[in-house]
Amino acid sequence: MQNLGIKVLFQGMNLQRLIQGLGVTGRIAFTSIIIGSIFGMLLGIVWTSKSKIIKFLCRLYLEVFRIIPILVWLFIMYFGVTTALNVDLSGETVAIIVFTLWGIAEMADIVRGSLESLPRHQIESGKAIGLSNLGLYRYILIPQAARRMLPGAINLATRMIKTTSLVVLIGVVDVIKVGQQIIELSRIEVPTASFWVYGFVFILYFIICYPLSKLSKKLEAKWSD
Amino acid sequence: MNLNWDFIIESLHLYGEAALTTFRLGFWGILFSLFIGVICSIILYFNIKGLGKIVKIYVELSRNTPLLIQLFFLYFGLTKVGIVLSEEACAIIGLSFLGGSYMTEAFRSGLEAVGVTQIESGLSIGLSKLQLARYIIFPQAISVSMPSLGANCIFLLKETSIVGAIAVMDLMNITKNLIGMYYQTYESLFMLVVSYLIMILPLSFFLTWLERKVRYAEFGN
Repeated sequence: MQNLGIKVLFQGMNLQRLIQGLGVTGRIAFTSIIIGSIFGMLLGIVWTSKSKIIKFLCRLYLEVFRIIPILVWLFIMYFGVTTALNVDLSGETVAIIVFTLWGIAEMADIVRGSLESLPRHQIESGKAIGLSNLGLYRYILIPQAARRMLPGAINLATRMIKTTSLVVLIGVVDVIKVGQQIIELSRIEVPTASFWVYGFVFILYFIICYPLSKLSKKLEAKWSD
Repeated sequence: MNLNWDFIIESLHLYGEAALTTFRLGFWGILFSLFIGVICSIILYFNIKGLGKIVKIYVELSRNTPLLIQLFFLYFGLTKVGIVLSEEACAIIGLSFLGGSYMTEAFRSGLEAVGVTQIESGLSIGLSKLQLARYIIFPQAISVSMPSLGANCIFLLKETSIVGAIAVMDLMNITKNLIGMYYQTYESLFMLVVSYLIMILPLSFFLTWLERKVRYAEFGN
């Protein structure tokens, strides 16, 4: 019987449902990566300001998300904030909010790092030819920094995609939850279902994340000099 | 938002126990990860035939999949094909499987950062291969990889928050139970955050201190 366990994936609508669950996961990841990158870039530019207060606040924001695990943040948002503000948010909304806030913090740090890694003479030459502050960023700093930040940004996206697996713990019906439903349903027919379903989900995540991390490594090697 | 301090004091021992569980899992997870990392990075560095490829596949598999799925697979999946593991054993194996690849990368980048001149100088003063590794390569490699090793330790300690999903009575599970049973949402969440801060902040300071302590490889560069 054990060899036939894999058939659970192809029974009825199972495969289709798993892919649909993956769609929910993908929607959460995609939305938060896009919003997180855009606002993260803006915050990263703000972060390079000379004001010590702004620097401190940005640092604090990042550290708050770095030190406390993301799952704890999901809990705080899902159980705490909704009760405190007396609003009813779905698990998916909570997940998108938390992942976006986290993405902004991490992305800002990547942008800041790459802007600060540019040699000083770039800024000075820009100023010497009379560029305004805006022009300096627009024509000199951002185009150069973009190359340096891309590998890090892709890595961050991979991490965010992997972390979306946690949303099942706050009640979102994502690919894992669908998998669990399928396992429950075929418990008697196919006792080894959990092996095959979880194995399949494992491979699904790998198929999505592997090309991204390969790309990031390739870009890093290519642009390192 | 007024916190119910009586409830907090009453639940203190629960959080204490759960924090110890989390800490214990994190400790073993980090220890085994370091062990796996050292072995795999040496295999990669010396390009040992056959094993190198296996290590590479392992690293990619473990880095590109979420810990939660790895744990579910270990805990629910493997039971069904005859391998039964306790929750805590699953948690430690899962953490080590994930952490091992991160540690491998950290050590490998440290090993590769040791310059050829260093190795050649070592050989020219007549060191054996073992001595070369012991006195020249490893001290410098560890120094270089210290920042990423530290980051990985903190990452792994944070990842322990996920093991609650396979019924380990950790901080997340206690919190969830208390919220479900007593509706003391703020108090439970407050204790949860405080527990993690108590564990992670000292570790973070310690690692920063350690990093400064072993920064001898940069001398003269």
